[in-house]
Amino acid sequence: MAMEDVTGRPPPKSVLPMSPIGWARRNLFSSPGNTILTLASLYILWLTIPPFLDFTIFSAVWTGTTREACLVPDAGACWPFVWANIDQFIYGRYPPSEIWRVNLTFALGAAVIIPMLIPGLPARKLNLVFLLIVYPLVALVLLAGDRPGLPPVPTSEWGGLLVTLVVAITGIVASLPLGVLLALGRRSDMPAIRMLSIIFIEFWRGVPLVTVLFMASVMLPLFLPEGFSPDNLLRCLVGVALFSSAYMAEVVRGGLQSIPAGQYEAARAVGLTYWQAMTQVVLPQALRHVIPGIVNTFIGLFKDTTLVLIVGLFDLLGQVRAQLSDPNWTVPQGALTGYIFAALVFWAFCFGMSQYSNFMERRLDTSRER
Amino acid sequence: MARGQGQKRGTATLNWYNPRVRSIFYQTVVLVSVIGIVWFFAATAQENLERLNISSGFGFLDTTAGFGIIQTLIPYSEQSSYGRAFLVGLLNTLVVAVIGIVLATLLGFFIGVARLSRNWLIAKLAAAYVEIMRNIPLLLHLFFWYFAVLRPLPGPDNSLTPFDGVYLNNRGLILPAPVFDASAAYFFASLALALAGSVFLIRWAKSRQIATGQLFPAWRTATGIVVLLPALVWLIAGRPFELEFAERDAFDYVGGMRLLPEFVALVLGLTLYTAAFIGEIVRAGIQSVSKGQIEAAAALGLKDSTTLRLVVIPQAMRLIIPPLTSQILNLTKNSSLAVAIAYPDLVAVFAGTVLNQTGQAIEVISLTMAVYLTLSLLTSLAMNWYNARIALKER
Repeated sequence: MAMEDVTGRPPPKSVLPMSPIGWARRNLFSSPGNTILTLASLYILWLTIPPFLDFTIFSAVWTGTTREACLVPDAGACWPFVWANIDQFIYGRYPPSEIWRVNLTFALGAAVIIPMLIPGLPARKLNLVFLLIVYPLVALVLLAGDRPGLPPVPTSEWGGLLVTLVVAITGIVASLPLGVLLALGRRSDMPAIRMLSIIFIEFWRGVPLVTVLFMASVMLPLFLPEGFSPDNLLRCLVGVALFSSAYMAEVVRGGLQSIPAGQYEAARAVGLTYWQAMTQVVLPQALRHVIPGIVNTFIGLFKDTTLVLIVGLFDLLGQVRAQLSDPNWTVPQGALTGYIFAALVFWAFCFGMSQYSNFMERRLDTSRER
Repeated sequence: MARGQGQKRGTATLNWYNPRVRSIFYQTVVLVSVIGIVWFFAATAQENLERLNISSGFGFLDTTAGFGIIQTLIPYSEQSSYGRAFLVGLLNTLVVAVIGIVLATLLGFFIGVARLSRNWLIAKLAAAYVEIMRNIPLLLHLFFWYFAVLRPLPGPDNSLTPFDGVYLNNRGLILPAPVFDASAAYFFASLALALAGSVFLIRWAKSRQIATGQLFPAWRTATGIVVLLPALVWLIAGRPFELEFAERDAFDYVGGMRLLPEFVALVLGLTLYTAAFIGEIVRAGIQSVSKGQIEAAAALGLKDSTTLRLVVIPQAMRLIIPPLTSQILNLTKNSSLAVAIAYPDLVAVFAGTVLNQTGQAIEVISLTMAVYLTLSLLTSLAMNWYNARIALKER
């Protein structure tokens, strides 16, 4: 190949900052096939974005106190429906005079969980103990009441985001320790314990959550002694906890597998017992590696909480459905408005958590490279 | 290791510091307590059933069901038995699951590839799709399609007609139906023959290429055979089947193939939701193939399409298959959400209506769970077999 003298020539074009037209030519219209793809994408965007914005913003009804406000021809989303029912969406039928208890529980929860999520803060162990043991008890007393100064609120009056959060957080708090135990059991060298763990994990992972909830609400009472009938919410919580502990066990097992056997052997060699070696050497490393996996399990659980409406509990989605059948608010665009609102709330929660999981993944990756 | 030593020392060291003794002790304790718990629940259940006067056993499966089901793939009437209703529900679940799996896998692969496209717009569009779809609960997807989109559609008088013969209204999606007559068997026989022939041809071409290096356009020939032979037979046999278009009568459309709105909503929701997850799996799989592999293939002079087929996809598939399996299983299990929009799947028919009518909670729920467990097991076995076939063979 002939050699060319390139000294004194301007640098290749791509090094220069590109003009928007140059960028578009390179990224959108580089070949006929690419141009077709770009045009098709633009067409899809044109089909979806303008109608969506028109419905939710430009043609939407923003003010009003009754359904009449939304009965305008060609009106978009009926936001007054959401404003009027926002208390039901958050608290369900929780007595309005007692709502401060729910708010206090939410605030306490945020105060416990947020420091857990920030890497590098001190006193994490204390915080974890508080989250796993103290907080659930405090929340139970606050929400259910039946203490001096706290009139009882039966769970049938709980609803909305409150139930969503109660189910999701109970699920995760119960499934973490259970999942760790099951994962250890599955990797144990005692055959009976290994077999039992495998059967338990594979059973719960093999059946849909809907059947688990059906089981909890119709079959479980038959297995309990007469007169001992926990309410529907508690039965569902048990079902959700067992179900998610199987998934959590598989996540933790992945973490345990990523720790070289030498760590455990060395710990045993310096005289630690099995439990000491696990809790002080292996698990702290393994759990750190699977924080993204745990967060992803939690996202799945958070979305799955909607299924409790099938067995008659009112989570956020169930509450939206219930308010939709309210004759005071029957408007043609009601269903679409309600579901878009619920979708936005769920999306914000799940997207936030998945961004956090990505952030932790990047952080853990760099620490592993070192 | 420690156990081995204990074994060598024999059973003489029956003391607490022998790890083997301790291990047996712990296992006995756990087994006894598990058996104890199971026994307690079984005894309580027995007691409760006697007290509530519920007869146990699967005898109820032969009793007349007495309720109708809106979608039946096998003959079923109100006079059929509960066992028949179970089969109808099971088939409805399977049909949704299979169609959902096929569509979600196709869409998922498209999304995954689109996310890696050099075209900026389509990559961003695919990323937005994934982030929106997978962060919204599946049940909400189903409610959206069913209650907010399909139910409020106009009635048969004002059906939406995207193509001639395709009608969409609040009673479902009406498509042209293929109608077969007796000689259609020849057509299917020729199709099977063409498929078998092409498999043979491709194998032969491959082994000849490995042996002699000579290329044979096997894929192109095979496609030709599969298209032309059945088409020829179809013409010769006198067009044994044709599309029957739905006709409008005074109240509704008759004829054609009708997909219930519940079915359409369920398939749409399951497909769009699962495709987002499959898209991410496919993207991760393709990205895991190192750039050097593609550059090396280019240096050997392989075309882009050949590189994709022979270098990228086989390696990516190894990473794609295991998580894809769990997504397929998830889709099958998630099809049970049908109960929320009243699509008559296994859970809705059996764990819903049959359970309410008979009160046989234990039998009904156990049978339902057993079905899903079996489906999970069979799917994992099939996918494990496929995974073992394509796994890296290290020498």
